[in-house]
Amino acid sequence: MTAADAIPTIGMEVHLHLATRTKMFCPCEVAYDAPPNTRVCPVCLGMPGVLPVMNGKAVELAVRMAVGLGCRIPDFAKWDRKHYYYPDLPKNYQISEYDEPLGLGGHLDVELDGETFRVGITRVHLEEDAGKLVHAEDGSNVSEVDLNRTGTPLLEVVSEPDIHSAAQARAYGEALRQLAVYLGVGYCNMQLGQMRFEPNISLKIGEGDDGAPRYTPITEIKNLNSFRSVQRAVDFEIRRHRDELAADPDGYRLENLGKSTRGWNDDRGVSFLQRSKEEAHDYRYFPEPDLVPFVPEPGWVDEVRASVPEVPADRRRRFVEQYGLPESDAAVLTAERYVADFYEDVVRLHERNEQVTPKTVANWVMQDVMRILNEENIGISEIRLTPGSLAEVIGKVEQGLISRSTGSEVLVKVRRTGKTPTQVIEEENLAQTSDAGQLETVVDEVIAENPGPAQEFADGKDKAVGRLIGMAKKKTGGKANPKVVRDLLVKKLRG
Amino acid sequence: MSILDRTACDLRDALRRGDLTSTEVTEACLEAIQRLEPTVHAFASTDPDAARARAAEIDRRRDAGKDVGFLAGLPVAVKDNMATADALPTACGSRILRHWRAPYNAHVVERLLAEGAVIVGKTNMDEFAMGSSTEHSCFGPTRNPWDTDRVPGGSSGGSAAAVAARLVPVALGSDTGGSIRQPASLCSVVGLKPTYGRVSRYGLVAFASSLDQIGPLARTVGDAALLLQAVAGHDPRDSTSVPASDAPVPDYLADLETPVEPLRIGVPKEFFGEGLDAQVERVVRDAIATCEGLGAEIVEVDLPHATDYAIATYYIVAPSEASSNLARYDGVHYGHRAAEAADMIDMMMRSRSEGFGDEVKRRIMLGTFALSAGYYDAYYKKALQVRRLVRQDFDAAFERCDCLMGPASPTAAFRLGERLDDPLAMYLSDLFTVGASMAGIAGVSIPAGFTEGGLPVGLQILSGVFTEDRLLRIARMVERTGDWADRRPPVCEESA
Repeated sequence: MTAADAIPTIGMEVHLHLATRTKMFCPCEVAYDAPPNTRVCPVCLGMPGVLPVMNGKAVELAVRMAVGLGCRIPDFAKWDRKHYYYPDLPKNYQISEYDEPLGLGGHLDVELDGETFRVGITRVHLEEDAGKLVHAEDGSNVSEVDLNRTGTPLLEVVSEPDIHSAAQARAYGEALRQLAVYLGVGYCNMQLGQMRFEPNISLKIGEGDDGAPRYTPITEIKNLNSFRSVQRAVDFEIRRHRDELAADPDGYRLENLGKSTRGWNDDRGVSFLQRSKEEAHDYRYFPEPDLVPFVPEPGWVDEVRASVPEVPADRRRRFVEQYGLPESDAAVLTAERYVADFYEDVVRLHERNEQVTPKTVANWVMQDVMRILNEENIGISEIRLTPGSLAEVIGKVEQGLISRSTGSEVLVKVRRTGKTPTQVIEEENLAQTSDAGQLETVVDEVIAENPGPAQEFADGKDKAVGRLIGMAKKKTGGKANPKVVRDLLVKKLRG
Repeated sequence: MSILDRTACDLRDALRRGDLTSTEVTEACLEAIQRLEPTVHAFASTDPDAARARAAEIDRRRDAGKDVGFLAGLPVAVKDNMATADALPTACGSRILRHWRAPYNAHVVERLLAEGAVIVGKTNMDEFAMGSSTEHSCFGPTRNPWDTDRVPGGSSGGSAAAVAARLVPVALGSDTGGSIRQPASLCSVVGLKPTYGRVSRYGLVAFASSLDQIGPLARTVGDAALLLQAVAGHDPRDSTSVPASDAPVPDYLADLETPVEPLRIGVPKEFFGEGLDAQVERVVRDAIATCEGLGAEIVEVDLPHATDYAIATYYIVAPSEASSNLARYDGVHYGHRAAEAADMIDMMMRSRSEGFGDEVKRRIMLGTFALSAGYYDAYYKKALQVRRLVRQDFDAAFERCDCLMGPASPTAAFRLGERLDDPLAMYLSDLFTVGASMAGIAGVSIPAGFTEGGLPVGLQILSGVFTEDRLLRIARMVERTGDWADRRPPVCEESA
């Protein structure tokens, strides 16, 4: 196998902040915009004599995510101390879960370019975040420590090495974010550092004499905090591995070189060595004696499981099957949980109405609703439009009572005034005229006044009908139902 | 009889009746401290003015008819490893924390203050509670009131000496492998280590988290019961403290005078093996014989893992946890910081090198080694397995008896400096106490007599988890057979 054929093999470690009000082991508020060291207490400062107390909400959210990833929740999980010296870690150990985490063995189905691939989840565990070092920008040799972030509940999701390209790595990260937001587990605001990625990259370079696969030595890229940097860093590393492999195909083996840790310079678009295998930490893990193990009450995990909504991948599949939507529509509609809920609410209101298909509703949600969300940069909860109003508007359009474009206008006015669509249509006299008797006079006038296009249409040129219908609408102040006008024109000119 | 010859229970009654004021009792303590402290050196720090102000405030509140709490203005001392949000440092006998003042109160300190105690000072201790002699302190050694050339035991030697020398009626200590019971034995006071989980560790500067437990040192069993009553109970800030629904706190004083009858006393032969001083053995056996004379049944029991194996594994578990707990002292956020350092790592290393004493460094190195990759399974994990065997030994024994009796310390008080250069000899001071620590059960050492040379000897009594009420009743039965609690150490006589 040559370097060019070697298959990228990537596992991801993803950290995300849980959506709790308080920290993992103390009552301090989780805050991102507070002045340095104002959201701290003796416990998160690691002062002598303090003890951690587990945040039950964080555990619940972690289990929720684990359930959403299809993990098994063991009936015993324990806390461990992971030791390393760093000024942003006041105790010089981090409380984490080492060998008995609270979620094991799940998977995440990820969509990329219309194809779905499955990534195995090795484990899900909880830990506490560290603080931040702020290095002086004046070039002096001074660093300041901000411990507001210290102790923020952090969920780590470790994947199997089932990812095989930079694009897949990015898609996996995005899917994981989508799931966490869907389940209400985290806010995953990338700008606030609420989600961080650490891809582990190697290339599979065939099999050894024993039949076991051989890999290039794993490099772990630390602390990527955007999807774009994930894609670029993984892409860079794959190329770097290929180049090194091509330069020395025999000497370049995992078992020879071991794992190294690299940083990512986003400005220059290159990775750089942080720590080689020889410098690997000995974290001296041991069970945290200040906390009791996590042993869920019987039935508690089932309660959490029951409260977990359908995950995006399942919902996407169901939208295709149940509503007959194209994959792409299903993906767009299920990207956000409450948009998908909104869509389904509208569909349900027209369940017995054969005039309104789920696809029609999908178009309305994707075109009108999502346009509003994007333009105003708001969430669906802030849209001031109920599924009932949208359903009403769609119904009126499909009945021919108003035109498609009037329907969009009505939606805008409903949002602005808080009135019902029917009220808006009546008050503003927006209903279109479908009465063939009334419209016949108008059509006769249009034919008389536009003999050219009328003749063209009569001769079989369909294109000409647009102008004639336009004239009819003009004469009626936009209220002529175009379908009825068209039928009349056909009857009169081609009949 | 002077104020400080009276028991804490007696003083409390007098305070409640209004026969004495907190100011009078506190002044008596401060006077005794001023007189004897240069000789005994039981305290790491005191704040006489703050104690006076506190006592006066309690007296005012009592005069105004307000409730002044369970302890009613009684002076107490607390070990220097319990956080106090006052002017006194919480130094743990260590240079690295010598000037560190806690911004918060330990749970036990909150309890004491809520119950109307006057904290007269912080007692001296072996650095971070590592030691059996109170010689490993940045404040210098504490001396045994019964012989000032000798150690008071440790690590709660300051608390034991302060109570024995009648500087304060009662004091809190902490026990990790025997640090309450061994100094109690060497100073002829009552020292009780409660069941692990009985008293909150919140604010107790950690040595070995799975073993540390706070308990009272007092001159009488009743006084120990009084102080335990004030501090025992659940605290949501300590996840290892036991909820009231699982183990409610009984009234330790209510039935104290009611003997446990019939009483079966287990005597483990492992507590009378090699290394036990003959005179200590004589005193302890006499005490057990006295109990037998009172009608108790003596049962010989086996604790095959509770001494030799327990001490070997204790010196893996405790240093391992200590190496982790003490990692935070790096000069970055608080405590001693080295003056000159090339960079951050150098600063951390120098601060720790300068801040910690030899014994603490020795244990950090032991623990760091035991937790290292490749050694964890052979040491720490194996030690946890042995720990379960120790617990099983005690469980099996308590099926056959109500309590166990034996020595608390293999020897009486040794001379200052005698074991400083022989850490292993020092470690063997814990031989009879670590078993109960590893098992998490309750234990007490009470005065039982003296060697021919006049050095105190304690009787250790152990009982099952959360049976402190029965343990105290048994201790009280033994206490009534002698007058050890009334004897005054020479240091009091000399100066009186």
